[in-house]
Amino acid sequence: MARPLDWQLATVAGLRDETDSVRSFSLTLPAWAGHRPGQHVDLRLTAEDGYSVERSYSIASEPERAPEVDITVERIPDGEVSPFLHDVVVPGDRLELRGPIGGYFVWEASQPGPLLLVGGGSGVVPLMAMIRHRARAGAMNPTRLLLSSRGPGEIIYREELDRLSVIQDGFEVVHTLTRAQPAGWNGYARRIDEAMLSEVLAPLGREARVYICGPTALVESAANALVRIGLAPSQIRTERFGPTGT
Amino acid sequence: MTDRFVTRGFVGRRRSEGSGDLASRIPPGQYITKDFPVLSAGPTPRTPLEQWTFSIQGLVKEPVSWSWQEFLALPARDWTVDISCVTKWTKLDMRWRGVSVDTLLEGVELDERAAFVIAWSDGGYTTNLPLADVLNGQAFVAYEYDGAPLAPEHGGPARLVVPARYFWKSAKWIRGIRLQAEDQPGFWESFGYHNRGDQWREERYSGD
Repeated sequence: MARPLDWQLATVAGLRDETDSVRSFSLTLPAWAGHRPGQHVDLRLTAEDGYSVERSYSIASEPERAPEVDITVERIPDGEVSPFLHDVVVPGDRLELRGPIGGYFVWEASQPGPLLLVGGGSGVVPLMAMIRHRARAGAMNPTRLLLSSRGPGEIIYREELDRLSVIQDGFEVVHTLTRAQPAGWNGYARRIDEAMLSEVLAPLGREARVYICGPTALVESAANALVRIGLAPSQIRTERFGPTGT
Repeated sequence: MTDRFVTRGFVGRRRSEGSGDLASRIPPGQYITKDFPVLSAGPTPRTPLEQWTFSIQGLVKEPVSWSWQEFLALPARDWTVDISCVTKWTKLDMRWRGVSVDTLLEGVELDERAAFVIAWSDGGYTTNLPLADVLNGQAFVAYEYDGAPLAPEHGGPARLVVPARYFWKSAKWIRGIRLQAEDQPGFWESFGYHNRGDQWREERYSGD
């Protein structure tokens, strides 16, 4: 029998606003064996009377930060958990958590070769764990992140991604802004499609490993387009944020 | 028994529908959704129906294989079941049409050593179940959802449905089952998910 994945009490060490509706929480864990970039944790909230809810959140931070992990949570206005995390939780609070969970949608710097990451909105979170791990590990493999956001103010991790893009270690971020673009924007301004994926993939070649995370429609269309472009389905790993990820 | 940890300031919304019968239909740690979320590990496979077959292999006297047309001709029925995904959503009263695994197994003669079922799918996905857990109306292969052909992203043209287990056991894009004497972890079961996956025991992860 496998070792149970025990619940543990994490302490909120810090908060950071990524956008108006997206906040990161740094959590310090008492017993953390580390995780692999792309894995997630389960969070459990319990009220005085014993009523409790659980949700899964991707880990945003690199394993090298253990025993601290970051999660990044979008505030869903009619949600039950994300408004609590945004509006009530402050540093010093404790949260019940267990993990790491999932072993397929993971990438580690020991895996060589070009890497294409495709994210939509908060789907960038597990990809960010890969990007941060890659930088921390000193990997130089050609890596591109194609990130779809609604507008300039809704790009999660924007400054950090731009910073990582200019250090010339082979990482590059390509943005597409689907609803609103700033004046003078000369980047992509539409939903991810086959032509866009072809262009972004070109410098990496068709042997690239691909990780796609975002809303179902984005994941479905991007994965299908990459198969049409000629990638093998086995090269493409997907993770989807359903419309119910509250 | 340790004291239950209470999250400071958490009240919860409670389930507006969470009284009586409905509450008793929601497994621990789950919440109700009205959507039909999609979760897959890779691209959605698309096998043309003229190439599609469903086979039963392994510990059977004679393997059997049905074409799509033959499969549609098998006795089918409507099922209305509650489904729980390990990612925490539960959807009540999902309406399917499909063929019971009992009906499928009537097409073969089982070797008496057969004790486990491996469901396998286009795209390489597998999941494992004890034979006893898919008999007697506990599992079916669905090809319609809510009165329409099952959409590819939801596992069409046909998927296994095992309502008493977390939904990863309900293999999408199923193409056959293999009968075995020994158990063998499937795809997610090899990545830390529970071997049995009974949502009422909250068997999410290996060791739960």
